[in-house]
Amino acid sequence: MSLLAIKDLSVSYGAIQALSGISLHVEDGEIVTLIGGNGAGKSTTLRTVSGLLKPGQGSVEFEGKSIHGTAPHRIAQSRLVHVPEGRGIFANLSVEENLMLGAFSRHDADQIAADRERVLTLFPRVRERLRQQAGTLSGGEQQMLAIGRALLARPKLLMLDEPSLGLAPQIVQTIFQVIQQINREGTTILLVEQNASMALQVAHRAYVIEVGRIQIEGPARELAASDAVRKAYLGAH
Amino acid sequence: MADLVQTLITALAIGSLYALIALGYTMVYGILKFINFAHSDIVVLGAWISYTLSSKLLPRLGLDPHNPVTPPPIWVAAVVLILSMIICGLIGFVIERLAYKPLRRAPRLNVLITAIGVSLLLQNLGQLNFMFGASPQKMPALLPGWEIATLTFSDGESARSVVINLVDTVIFATSATLMLLLQYLVFRTKLGTAMRAVSFNPDNAALLGIPVDRVVSFTFVLGSALAAAAGFLYVMKYPGMNQPAHTIWVLLGLKAFVAAVIGGIGNVRGAVLGGFVIAFVEQFGAFYISSNYRDVYVFALLIVILLVRPTGLLGSPLREKV
Repeated sequence: MSLLAIKDLSVSYGAIQALSGISLHVEDGEIVTLIGGNGAGKSTTLRTVSGLLKPGQGSVEFEGKSIHGTAPHRIAQSRLVHVPEGRGIFANLSVEENLMLGAFSRHDADQIAADRERVLTLFPRVRERLRQQAGTLSGGEQQMLAIGRALLARPKLLMLDEPSLGLAPQIVQTIFQVIQQINREGTTILLVEQNASMALQVAHRAYVIEVGRIQIEGPARELAASDAVRKAYLGAH
Repeated sequence: MADLVQTLITALAIGSLYALIALGYTMVYGILKFINFAHSDIVVLGAWISYTLSSKLLPRLGLDPHNPVTPPPIWVAAVVLILSMIICGLIGFVIERLAYKPLRRAPRLNVLITAIGVSLLLQNLGQLNFMFGASPQKMPALLPGWEIATLTFSDGESARSVVINLVDTVIFATSATLMLLLQYLVFRTKLGTAMRAVSFNPDNAALLGIPVDRVVSFTFVLGSALAAAAGFLYVMKYPGMNQPAHTIWVLLGLKAFVAAVIGGIGNVRGAVLGGFVIAFVEQFGAFYISSNYRDVYVFALLIVILLVRPTGLLGSPLREKV
């Protein structure tokens, strides 16, 4: 049984078909990446899985159970956690308040404190800024806060939407190292990226999506070596 | 000097009421981004429910509700206040579920028009005979006419005294307590943090497992309970109760809305500040200039604020989105 299984999923915004029957699966312990250009349907896929969008057709199963039509907060409570594009930071709240909202539906105070400590060790920059308004953080710090906050929900599957967007190359390196570390420590990751070369370096498997359809899928290493992918997404000539 | 102190006391009492009502407008706006025009009608309900409860409760204690010889024990006022807050909280919950929740994804204009509809519905329901009827009533005095303090000011030849009575003190103390509790709830608890997160972005709040619909319901319950408290306190001070659809109620709600806008709509502390600012402008204007124009001062201030600082005293300046 796959941790996440999407079958023949179609989603439309009014008359515009955003996804036309995509299927993908994520196995326990993997990093799977979904790459593709602007408007290909990457974010739509994640937003449908987390319940923000309603699928027209198809099925989404998490741990073997259908989550079709389930309210987004219930999906999050089942530990399928989505860090949205733009990071989803609440600029009007302090960094500490943002972080602790990750543990909103948990009641194990001791374990929450331990997880908080683990996250702050992972992101020392966040620890330095706990008392600041979250809106004053730099883009990279906000991304670290968003990932740290998601970790406080103890995700079984962590979905990251464009974690590298708008960040300096050095910060992108840090973020991707952390993603690998989180995965080694046992969290399964579904990573959506436009930065295909970075994504293919850290992922085990990859899907390439174009205009709402999965075009290519396979082990990340093979895709990184394939001519078609290199030409279209890695800027090779 | 005596006049100044007297006006100050009135302004503090009235300002507390404006602030309590303004909080409901501002919290709902903060979370759902629309003006709940039915909010002022919850104040009226709070007042009339207080009246109905009192006129049922006092005879059981052997007191004539219309002409009590001795004031009832002080707990009666507390019971009426709390019951009225609970009932109005439930009404707020039902209104949100039936009228506003189905429109969660609709354009804000639709919700605004619905709010006006709910307001008209409540005003007209209230006038029905089996509800409160369309005649004025006199609120029984639940509070004893104690004088808390007498301040005497002498200006050389004559001496004048100002009495601080129990009603004004109760209004100020009750409102201050409720507002401090609200501050604590919104800024110090997990639920309050969730409310602020939902007000910033409901979708992103849901992605963290926050039940957005329940947070919205809770906000309505809270705002409605505060409005009920304001309605109760208002008729403690002014026991001559106008019928439920009277313009005096509309004006009370409207001024509280102005308070919320002046303070910066969506900002909890701004609503409290705005409430006191307009009460001071209104009361001091009425006393030192002319009481005929008491409403004019409030709305003139609104115009000035909208021209000079359109996001309100404590509202964050709008930034152009790039």
